Amino acid sequence: MGLTVCIKRKLGDFCLDIDIQSESSRIGILGASGCGKSMTLKSIAGIETPDLGVITVNGQTFYHSDEKINVKPQKRKVGYLFQNYALFPTMTVAKNIEAGLKGTRQEKQKRVDEMIRTFQLDGLKDHLPGELSGGQQQRAALARIMAYEPDVILLDEPFSAMDMFLKDRLQQELIEMLSDYRGIVILVSHNRDEIYRFSEELIIMDRGAVVTSGKTKEIFANPGKREAARLTGCKNISRIQRLDAHRMKALDWGVELTLQREIPEDTAYAGFRAHEFLPVWGERRENCIRVRLAGQAELPFEKNYYLKPEEESAGWDKGHICWFLQKDKWGILEEKGMPDYLQFREEELLLLS
Amino acid sequence: MGTIWDILNDLDWSPLWISLKTGAVATFISFFLGIYAARKVVKMAPGKKAVIDGLLTLPMVLPPTVAGFFLLLLFSRRRPLGIFLYENLDIKVVQTWLGCVIAATVIAFPLMYRNARAAFEQIDVNLVYAGRTLGMSEMRIFWEVVVPSAGPGIASGTILTFARALGEYGATSMLAGNIPGKTGTISQRIAMVIQDGDYVTAGIWVAAVILIALAAIILMNLISGKRMKTVKRW
Repeated sequence: MGLTVCIKRKLGDFCLDIDIQSESSRIGILGASGCGKSMTLKSIAGIETPDLGVITVNGQTFYHSDEKINVKPQKRKVGYLFQNYALFPTMTVAKNIEAGLKGTRQEKQKRVDEMIRTFQLDGLKDHLPGELSGGQQQRAALARIMAYEPDVILLDEPFSAMDMFLKDRLQQELIEMLSDYRGIVILVSHNRDEIYRFSEELIIMDRGAVVTSGKTKEIFANPGKREAARLTGCKNISRIQRLDAHRMKALDWGVELTLQREIPEDTAYAGFRAHEFLPVWGERRENCIRVRLAGQAELPFEKNYYLKPEEESAGWDKGHICWFLQKDKWGILEEKGMPDYLQFREEELLLLS
Repeated sequence: MGTIWDILNDLDWSPLWISLKTGAVATFISFFLGIYAARKVVKMAPGKKAVIDGLLTLPMVLPPTVAGFFLLLLFSRRRPLGIFLYENLDIKVVQTWLGCVIAATVIAFPLMYRNARAAFEQIDVNLVYAGRTLGMSEMRIFWEVVVPSAGPGIASGTILTFARALGEYGATSMLAGNIPGKTGTISQRIAMVIQDGDYVTAGIWVAAVILIALAAIILMNLISGKRMKTVKRW
């Protein structure tokens, strides 16, 4: 098991230049739209050709620019799940599943029937894709891929065009259907929840480059890089000035923070997730910031407060500090009113470069 | 109204069969050539595409007599290709039914080509990509995925090609002439009888052409309409 993708390709006004090595079988690629993640996936499938580099999957070379190797997509045994599923519109479900199969008619028939059963498409065999619901289309597309027994499955933003309700159900369904699959699965998405739910290993991309990579949970806990923090959903990021090994000034928040742990010399930013603030009433504590309410939004299960730092030295006139409060904690605010301060808890403070 | 029945009874029906045969064969040839050309042009780089597309579309926008002029230049038995065809293969084009077919094909071909091309360019490219990752050969992807998905566009191209080939006049009269029973198509017969002032016979042929063209269009619409109900266009 193993994946190497080390490629370069010109992409509009920037260059896709990545070096990914992974032994994991569930890989997520997270990045904003247009960062090159889809191009990376298409290069692995052989639908697009990089300018130069190497792509190997499970020890098999798909592409090697120096050795002039470029295996045709037909020979790569890669399953690609497109965002719109790309089911052949004029073929029935059974014909779609059969499209990638080789062998005698009986063998194909047997395999198709097997897939129809496994993917709960009973009774839909002779339907055209246009007559299926979104969930049935996903199952048919996956059945078509699985029938072909690919070595790798590539999922290209499969849920991005769906409504919330359907998305949740189909994500769960897809994870379950892939749970028996032994090969490598790569999911590309701009949705951090999707990625977190699905992948063991995470690669974060920005403008054609890999920002960071590693175990998904570790990256969410400690993104390390500013872009990684932003893409994993950190709402509050400030430039910092390191004063000494344990003290730094958060320039955008206008507050001086003192830490027990040592602040690495290359720290340039600090991040703090919106859910992690500790409200403080009355006396000011360590690492606290005085704030003024600038706006709020009430969602079904949480409230979002947008706050302005009151500190005089805060150089932040454009942005806000975001504080998100879950429903179960609303009571305390109703009782005591808005807090006087918000405390940055050291263990939750992200030091970023 | 006895005269009309007399005229119908005495009518030489050969133009009908000649026109239908010419239309059918020209449509058959244009169907494959048009799809093939469309496939090639869709793949081309923009600059080359513009030039080749222009050349392939020319017969549609030029007067048919210009096409007739070039066809005569090519196939005349005083020209190299005409000489070659006659002496080596015993094929005569000028003043023969083959001339009818060639003239109608050249004039009607752009309609097939342009409709097929427009249909191919609207195909969801992911369908082709999906076919490739599933290990389907380019040939299978084209004939089993792309062409059926482009079905309505190709169907309308075929109808228009047939209707146009059926009524071709200018290039046909120059290349094949109007030999009764051999190359005398309906449109040539109409022109001929009008010159004799025989408006009744002309009217009969006009009605025949209108009926055939309308029937072809309605038939094809019904065929593609049946499929349109189940195939969602995107």
